[in-house]
Amino acid sequence: MKSSVAPSEGIPLQKTIPIKQTKRFRWLLISLVFLFLSLFLLIPLVAIFVEAFSQGLDVYFEAITEPYAASAIQLTLLVAAIAVPLNLLFGVVASWCLAKFDFPGKNFIITLIDLPFAISPVISGLIFVLLFGTQGLLGDWLIAHNLRIVFAVPGIVLATVFVTFPFVARELIPLMQSQGIQEEEAATSLGANGWQVFFRITLPNIKWGLLYGVILCNARAMGEFGAVSVVSGHIRGETNTIPLHVETLYNEYNFTAAFAVASLLTLLALITLIVKGFVEWKTKQSENESQSEIG
Amino acid sequence: MLFKQNRALPGFGLTLGITLLYLSLIVLIPLSGVLIQTASLSWEQFWETISDSRVVASYQLSFGASFVAAGINVIFGLLIAWVLVRYSFPGKRVIDGLIDLPFALPTAVAGIVLTTLYSPNGWIGSFFDSFGIKVAFTPLGIIIALTFIGLPFVVRTVQPVLEDLDKEMEEAASILGASRWQTFRFVILPPLYPALLTGFSLAFARALGEYGSIVFISGNMPMKTEITPLLIMTKLEQFDYAGATAIALVMLTISFLLLFLINGIQWFSQRHQRSARK
Amino acid sequence: MSIEVKNVSKKFGTFQALHNVNLKINSGELIALLGPSGSGKTTLLRIIAGLESPDSGQIYFDDRDVTFYPVQARGVGFVFQHYALFRHMTVFDNISFGLRVRPRNKRPSPTEIKERVQELLQLVQLEGLAGRYPSQLSGGQRQRVSLARALAVQPQVLLLDEPFGALDTKVRRELRRWLRRLHDELQITTIFVTHDQEEALELANRIVIMNHGQIEQEGTPEEVYDHPANPFVFDFLGSVNIFRGRVSHGKATLGAIEIHAPEYADRKDSPAVAYVRPHEWVIDRNKTDDTSMEVVIRYAHPVGPTIRLEVERLDEEEILEVELTKERFHELDLSVSQRIFIKPRNIRVFPI
Repeated sequence: MKSSVAPSEGIPLQKTIPIKQTKRFRWLLISLVFLFLSLFLLIPLVAIFVEAFSQGLDVYFEAITEPYAASAIQLTLLVAAIAVPLNLLFGVVASWCLAKFDFPGKNFIITLIDLPFAISPVISGLIFVLLFGTQGLLGDWLIAHNLRIVFAVPGIVLATVFVTFPFVARELIPLMQSQGIQEEEAATSLGANGWQVFFRITLPNIKWGLLYGVILCNARAMGEFGAVSVVSGHIRGETNTIPLHVETLYNEYNFTAAFAVASLLTLLALITLIVKGFVEWKTKQSENESQSEIG
Repeated sequence: MLFKQNRALPGFGLTLGITLLYLSLIVLIPLSGVLIQTASLSWEQFWETISDSRVVASYQLSFGASFVAAGINVIFGLLIAWVLVRYSFPGKRVIDGLIDLPFALPTAVAGIVLTTLYSPNGWIGSFFDSFGIKVAFTPLGIIIALTFIGLPFVVRTVQPVLEDLDKEMEEAASILGASRWQTFRFVILPPLYPALLTGFSLAFARALGEYGSIVFISGNMPMKTEITPLLIMTKLEQFDYAGATAIALVMLTISFLLLFLINGIQWFSQRHQRSARK
Repeated sequence: MSIEVKNVSKKFGTFQALHNVNLKINSGELIALLGPSGSGKTTLLRIIAGLESPDSGQIYFDDRDVTFYPVQARGVGFVFQHYALFRHMTVFDNISFGLRVRPRNKRPSPTEIKERVQELLQLVQLEGLAGRYPSQLSGGQRQRVSLARALAVQPQVLLLDEPFGALDTKVRRELRRWLRRLHDELQITTIFVTHDQEEALELANRIVIMNHGQIEQEGTPEEVYDHPANPFVFDFLGSVNIFRGRVSHGKATLGAIEIHAPEYADRKDSPAVAYVRPHEWVIDRNKTDDTSMEVVIRYAHPVGPTIRLEVERLDEEEILEVELTKERFHELDLSVSQRIFIKPRNIRVFPI
């Protein structure tokens, strides 16, 4: 036994210096990434603005201020102003109950919250048509009471609430779970009531995650296309949101105007990314701080 | 009693109640509408609708294109995650931030810009056109759009795992005589499999349901470039609610299966990692 | 295989990890690199392994300059502090990894690999655990798998980075003895890094004591313990009592006591420190000569077969540590708050 384990011929020594090679390989990989991301992200991003301004500033501003565009912007703001606060409230309430307490069926509820992410936007719109459309389950009742939901603003709001439903809760649940309940229990033991515990202890701890969730929720609410497209009816000046307005313009071969309006949504996306970067930076910073306090 | 444990924190009953109520009103009840509507079809009608040759062609296209796009995303997602975690180079932070653009950019905007770029007279499309390759208005265009919208998934699932990987394992491998490639293949890659699989499934699930960006770039030719969500839309526009619902039910079932698969992978790999750390 | 480190320096940013280090290690030696954290001991080990490259200087294996050999080509075995086992591989796959990644013409056949792994498992006393995953092993078992993995490629040098650092005391003792036997059996040149002086003293043929990226002293355990070259080594190896004072004309004055220090006869009134190990005191109930100090016992802790006393000097309000056997303690009939006289049996004076 000794003979085969003891040092004998070992690994043959050979003198090679692969340092230059690995450096070249590294730059090859980095270049590949740049090429891929240029084709898929950078060039499209630049192209949006190039197309939008291709006929000058006047045409651009005309495109984003003409009455139909203005009404689309108004409608989008209105929809987001309803959907985002609703889902913000729900997200906070749901993550309080799902992250701070343990009970049977909890994981099932978390999976259910994810559902709208897994469903095609077209189907998300479809379900509201099936429910509130003229042939829908509640169709007769709605007609009898002279109410319109589908192909009107309420339908757009509902579909938007549905597709943006998980964003805030998804951000908050893991964050609140990782923070545990010790601080809240300590506050309760010192005599704080539920509201005081939430506003003074929990909220300051989750504020950055909450901000990020809201920003993402808002971006999706303003940018949702598929679901809203199904329920809106595409009535210009009435039920066209910004993305639908972009589609209408594009289908009329009015490309410059389409890109001009699309550039607004792109700016929103870029702002979202910047806020995300800021929130991540903030979180990392507070993590470092708490670590240095310990160390 | 189900909830007999003593709770120090208030608000459990109230928040659970609100959560379940809201979840039911916004998600569960509307979703169940699909089932009720489908129930109005007889089994033969249902089967006829979902096995119509145009519908089957759309399944094939949707599944095929989503699969290829998710596959491309696995390869490039791994590459991007690797480069972002392991190398430093100018512009890295901007690149890292931009990865999420497909999450943040409305799909309609992605659709029109990709179509413009990849159409035969677009910036990129004209390049391919000179080789006789048409991108926009072909399945290739659909794959491009689906790759775009699924891009962040693999990167964002692999990145944290790669960051957590023990660098000493790689040093150990190279001391034992493994080449860089062998180290990658046998030591780095296997721990990434669950993350790659999760990323693939997420990108695949997202691609399967995608509508906004495809509707522009695909050209929407029945039997050729018509994806399933688009077919649902077409049926709705023809007021064929039953047909639309039947196809939607098929898609929903697949989405649920994928969702359970993804949760299963994550549950499994978390358990696996926990026992490994112990 | 012998190893020579020649004028090696290494900087990480502005931190000078190694400063012009020279070291010769003979074939078959068992060497301890001992030092506090940040002393450069691990860096030196990693440079010998090829995991880091020195900024200047050379590494020789026998007569070959291996400074620019890639890590794969050095033929060293390395055991990491946290083992770095491949988590997704079984014990068998971990141990055989180094054989399986060889180029096809040098790779042993599957049966040979199996036999080799079996032998190694026997050697590290882990027969029957080949199918386990690292997560299913105890810390000591993981450590031995990591060793078997390093030995599988028949290295000519074995390098261990804090090999017992993450284990509890009992397992640590066992593994230490076992490593010693293994080394005696295989006679591989072995270098291990530790910050634990007891480990170094017990295990190594030769100890290299490092501090601030330089070698403070090297020698057999007896040499470095009994004849520390400087205050750092004295302080680092075992607990000590430190006195500050002055030396002049071959005499050291430390507070009330005065001792002979003939080696510093030519010094004139320069500051000095003196070191006395706790067990190197002579204890009496009565004053015996001028070098005795009167102290009062504050605490007495029994530690195994010895008693550790904390005593306070009456002249300077300073706490000293004194160690004596239980028998001597009872013989003198000592008790807390009693006054006694102590004098150093052995004292080392270093001018500063």
